[in-house]
Amino acid sequence: MRAGKALRGVAVALAGALALTACGGGGESADSGPAKLRMTVWSANEAHLKLFNEIADEYRKNHPDVAEIKFDPLPFDNYTTTLTTQIAGGNAPDLAWVFENSAPDFVASGALQPLDDTLKKAEGYQYEDLSPATLKLWQNDGKLYAYPFSTSPFGVFVNTDMVKKAGQKTPAELIAAGQWTWDNALATAAAAGAKSGKAGLVIRDFDYKGWDNLSTFWTGWGAQAWSEDGKTCGFNSPEMVEAMTTLHKATFTQKALPGPGTTADFFAGDSAMTVTQISRASLLKDGGFGWDLVPLPAGPKGNYAVVGQAGLGVMKKSPHAKQAADFLAFFTNPTNSAKLAQFFPPPRQSQLTAETLAKTNPKLKPEQLQKVVIDGITNGVVKPNHAGQAELSQQVRAGLDPLWQPNADIKAVLDGVCAKIQPLLAK
Amino acid sequence: MTQTDTRVGPATAGPAPGRARPFWTTRRRDQLTGYLFITPQLLGSAVFVILPLVLVVWYSLHEWNVLAGTFDFVGTDNYQALADDPNLGAVLRATGLFSVGLVVLNLGLALLLAVLLNQKLRGTILFRTLFFSPVVVSLVAWTIVWGFLLQDNGGLNSLLDTVGIDGPNWLRGEGTAMVSVIVVQVFKNVGLNMVLFLAALQGVPAELYEAAQVDGASRLRQFWRITVPLISPTIMLTSIITVVGSLQVFAQIAVLTQGGPGTSTTVLVYYLYQQAFQFHHFGYGATLSIVLFAIVLALTVLQWQMRKRWVFHES
Repeated sequence: MRAGKALRGVAVALAGALALTACGGGGESADSGPAKLRMTVWSANEAHLKLFNEIADEYRKNHPDVAEIKFDPLPFDNYTTTLTTQIAGGNAPDLAWVFENSAPDFVASGALQPLDDTLKKAEGYQYEDLSPATLKLWQNDGKLYAYPFSTSPFGVFVNTDMVKKAGQKTPAELIAAGQWTWDNALATAAAAGAKSGKAGLVIRDFDYKGWDNLSTFWTGWGAQAWSEDGKTCGFNSPEMVEAMTTLHKATFTQKALPGPGTTADFFAGDSAMTVTQISRASLLKDGGFGWDLVPLPAGPKGNYAVVGQAGLGVMKKSPHAKQAADFLAFFTNPTNSAKLAQFFPPPRQSQLTAETLAKTNPKLKPEQLQKVVIDGITNGVVKPNHAGQAELSQQVRAGLDPLWQPNADIKAVLDGVCAKIQPLLAK
Repeated sequence: MTQTDTRVGPATAGPAPGRARPFWTTRRRDQLTGYLFITPQLLGSAVFVILPLVLVVWYSLHEWNVLAGTFDFVGTDNYQALADDPNLGAVLRATGLFSVGLVVLNLGLALLLAVLLNQKLRGTILFRTLFFSPVVVSLVAWTIVWGFLLQDNGGLNSLLDTVGIDGPNWLRGEGTAMVSVIVVQVFKNVGLNMVLFLAALQGVPAELYEAAQVDGASRLRQFWRITVPLISPTIMLTSIITVVGSLQVFAQIAVLTQGGPGTSTTVLVYYLYQQAFQFHHFGYGATLSIVLFAIVLALTVLQWQMRKRWVFHES
C-alpha cells in the first residue's frame, strides 16, 4: 500500500517536471516578440556601462522592436576564450567587442556579419568620415566586418613626483630638450625606481606573458614579430635581437623594469612610469600623485607610435542580426561617437581634433591629445595580429620564457622562437 | 489528470478475470519504485556524463571551427595529428612528472602525518584540524594565495631573505615551477589522505603490536610487517584517488603558471584546454581528452590488477 502511494507520488512529480521543461522549451524558442540584444564587452567600468546604457535607452525610445539591450562584461583576461566558448555552446551574443589580436580570425572566419550596407544607409552616419587607416584591420575582400570603436595609442604615463624626487629630468623636460629616447627613459626609470624602492618602468599587461605589448618597445628599433604578409618570422632579425638585448639589460642589469613575477601597478603608485593605452587614463585618481602623459620615447629608428584597436561586430549567428546591426549604426553615429570619445578614441576624422577630444577628456591637455592620440592614430603601427593568433601567441610566449633569465643567450632564444612559429606562419 | 490507478487495472479489465495473476505484483511494484527513485540520478549521468563521453568520440572525428560554424568529418585526421604533434612528448612528460611527484609526496606525507597524529599526545586534535583545513578551502582561492607567496618578491622569498637565502623565482624557473605546483597541490589535499590513513591505522588491532613487542620486533619492523599490510586496502584506495586526481589537475596550472615557463608545466588537461578553447581546435581537443581517458582507464585497471599482489586482505 505504502509503495503504491510513493509510486504515484513519484509519477506525478515526474509528469510535472516534464510539463515544466516542455513549457520552458516552448517559451524560449518563440521568437516573435521584440528582440532582446546582448553585447559582450570587456569593460566592467561603471562609467563606461552607464554611457552605453544611456545610448541604448535612447535607441529603444524609437525602436519598439527591441525590448532590451544588455551589455555583458566578460573578464578582460579570458575575453576571447569566453566569447568563443559561448559561441561554441550555442549562446552567441548578438554584438561583440573584438580585440585586435583576434581580428584576423573573426574577420576571415565569417563569424561576423558585413556592416557596410547598414552603416552607409544609416541616416546622417557620414561613413566617409571614418579614417581608412583605422578600418584596415577589420576589412576582408572590401567588406567591413567590425567597426573600430576604439583606436587607442600607447603612451607613457609618468609619476612626475617620483621622477623629481630622484633628481631626474622629467620626460616633458627631456622632450623639450629633444632627448626623449629609450636610453634616457630607461635611465630615468631606473633612477626613480632605485630612489623610491618601487618599480621603474612597467610595460602594462606584459607581465612576461603578454608579449605582444612589447611591440610598443621593439617598434622603435624597426623590429616586427612577423613580416607584413605574415609569412616570415621576425623574432631573429638583427633589429629584434638589438631591441631585446636592450630590454634584457634594462631588466636584469639596469633594473629599470621589474623582473618576472613581480607585480607593480602604476595607477596605485607602484611604479615611476608605465607604457599603456591612453584609455587607461580613467584609472588615474584625483589628488593621487603628479602625473604626465607623453608619447613613446624615440628608438634608434626615430619616433614611432603603436596603437591597440578594438572592434565592434554583429554575430552572424544572432537571430536578431538585423536589429543588432541597426543598433550598431546608432551606437556609432556621429553624435554617439563623440560621447564615446571620452573613453575610446573614435575612428571619425572630424572628431580627431585636440579641441573635440579635449571636451570629453578633461584629464588630458590638448597638447597631450595632439601628440599622443591624434598623431598616434594617424601614424601608428597596430599591435601584432595574425590568423590563428592564440596558438601563435602561446608558442611565442613559451619560446620567449627562457629569455627572462639573467644569463639568457638572447640570439639563441629568439632563433628558437622562430623555429617554433615559422611552421605556423607558413600555413 | 486522467491517470488511472494501475493497481486495479488487471482486476477490472484483464483478459482472463479471476485466475490470472495481477500484473503489478509486489515484486514488480518494488522494482518500479526503485527505478523511479534512481531516475533523476540516472538522467543526470546520462545527460552530463555518458552523452558527453559519446559526443567527445564523435567530435574527435571532426574538424570543428567554432568561429566559422563549420563541422566537417575528417575521419582519423585528428589521431594522425596526435602522432605528428611536436608538443605531445613534452606534455606527456610534464603530466607524468606531476603525477609521480604528487603521488609520492602526497601519500608519503599523508602516511607520515597519520602515523604521527595516531600517537596519544596532547594537541593531536588541533594538528589534525590544521592539516585537514586546506581540504575545505576553495581550490582557486588557495592557489591564488600561493601564487602571491611564490612571486619573486612574495612572502616565501621575503621569509628566506630574513635568514640570508636568496630564493629562486619559484614559478618562473624551468625546474622550480613544476615543484611549486606539486607542493601547492600536496598541501591542499594531504589532509584528506591523512584522515583516511588515520582511520585505517586506528583499525589495526593493538594486540598485534603487543605480540610483536613480546617477540622483540623493532618499531620499524612493526611498521613494515604489521601496519603497512593491514592498511594496504587504504593505500590502494588513496593511490587510485590521487593518481586519477593528479591527471585531472587544471586550476592550479591555469592560475599559477599557465603551462610555463616554456611548456614545463603544460599537463595534458591544460594542453587540451588550450587546443580546444584557446586555439579553437575543438576536434583535436576532443582527441586529446580521449588520450587522457585511455591513460586514466589503463592506470586504474593496472592498479586494480596489482591489488591482488600487495593488498593484504579485502573486505
